[in-house]
Amino acid sequence: MKLLRWTLAVGLIGAMGAVHAEEKADPNLARNLAATCANCHGTDGKAVAGSGAEALAGTDKAKLMQKLMDFRSGAKPATIMHQISKGYTEAQLELVAAYFAARK
Amino acid sequence: MWNRREFLKGAALAGGVVALPGLSGCAMGSKARGHVVVVGGGFGGATVAKYLRMWSQMGVDVTLVERSPQFISCPISNLVIGGDKQMADITMSYDGLRNTWGVKVLQDTVTAVDAGARKLTLASGGVLSYDRLVLSPGIEFMYDQVPGLETEAARDTVLHAWKAGAQTVALRKQLEDMKDGGVYALSIPKAPYRCPPGPYERACLVANYLQKTKPKSKVLVLDANEEITSKKGLFTKAFEKYKGILEYRPNSELREVDAASRTAVLEFDKVKADVLNVVPPQRAGDIAAKSGIKLINNRWVDIDWLSFESVNTPGVHVIGDAIFPAPTMPKSGHMANQHAKVTAAAIINLLAGEAPSSTPLVMNTCYSFVDSKNVIHVSSVHLYDAAKKTVMPVQGAGGVSAAANELEGKYALSWARNIWADMLV
Repeated sequence: MKLLRWTLAVGLIGAMGAVHAEEKADPNLARNLAATCANCHGTDGKAVAGSGAEALAGTDKAKLMQKLMDFRSGAKPATIMHQISKGYTEAQLELVAAYFAARK
Repeated sequence: MWNRREFLKGAALAGGVVALPGLSGCAMGSKARGHVVVVGGGFGGATVAKYLRMWSQMGVDVTLVERSPQFISCPISNLVIGGDKQMADITMSYDGLRNTWGVKVLQDTVTAVDAGARKLTLASGGVLSYDRLVLSPGIEFMYDQVPGLETEAARDTVLHAWKAGAQTVALRKQLEDMKDGGVYALSIPKAPYRCPPGPYERACLVANYLQKTKPKSKVLVLDANEEITSKKGLFTKAFEKYKGILEYRPNSELREVDAASRTAVLEFDKVKADVLNVVPPQRAGDIAAKSGIKLINNRWVDIDWLSFESVNTPGVHVIGDAIFPAPTMPKSGHMANQHAKVTAAAIINLLAGEAPSSTPLVMNTCYSFVDSKNVIHVSSVHLYDAAKKTVMPVQGAGGVSAAANELEGKYALSWARNIWADMLV
């Protein structure tokens, strides 16, 4: 159990480290990556009202990240998001989730 | 150096509480200034115009030159041809770009580009100067490869309906006027062409219409390719549902057309139709070739994938269907919208004296209707590969629907509403 916790912690620090390294190299990376979602989820995650698409703007970061990771692992069934989420690294998804969480 | 602290100090000096849109995504604010002219207001051009304004916090001036007064969407236009939707459902105004984003929209055509002087000439006679030019010209049909379609009269009889608009309406009318027991033949060019799954979707939706209203009729799909070029398994299944009405013929490249008798001449066969619909082979829109920018195979524009700038003409960026595609990258409206965002980000950096992002990523989703309600998709994600200097599909990502389904029918219409808003609102 202790080992598992330690492994998780190291994994998390690793992912965070990668995020910071990428963000430092390119301050607009989160914005640019999040913009790839807009075709279906609306500009800045603000979906067209009544379109049926899930609006991502203002969603809690941890909640959104969990959902994306569940799509990615296959734990959460989907028509398409299980395929798209696999195209992004965990670090990239962290940036995307943080970006949408910060939209109001 | 214009750092965050100075920016905030400046903002504070400018007076009290300042709203900073997109600050977390653009920590230093935008110092990009200049004038960008965008040619073509389709999925690529409209998106790049909006995102240049949005991401520069209105710092960059944008002029959009578009020949049509309104935007008409190619995606969803097959539903108009099948009778499930109306033109009003796929037609939108450029007023959002004008009023919300301050884009100067000119209804005009560009006749010449002087890339050295960074000036272009308009059909109306005016001249525009630019710091950066974005061409999003779409496709031109290579009618020289389809003997028999030289005249306007022939082209009014044998329609393409591969650019949404008057031809969409005209093809619908031809199908409505066709007698029960008539033959609708659709000729598909060799890949690459605009919208890989589009012809197969059209065949399904026309078969769906004829099955319901004129069941003795026939749909003949004459494909120049050796097999279905997109979502093969799923379209094969869909075609089985139209057995008796729809016939698919691979390796059926069009050699010639006799427009008067609506006959398609193939290598070993002649097909006489009541409605003959020919999607001709395609190349980059004329203005690309006329601008002196480098083409590959004399057809598609050769670009630098980090900025979408022409490899031989500085200051001219080209996006959408007109470019030579990266491996497995489709020519789609969705992809043009993604090109536009990479290009907007790159241009804003360049105008601020910074390098474009070194890790551009784009993704694609194409939904296709196989009847009025059921839909199939193909998706993919593509990331810049520095060693290959192109954009490569991310292995393990993307895929197709398990089967045609109604839920994705709803998602497809939701996709359309959201991407149209992402471009225009």
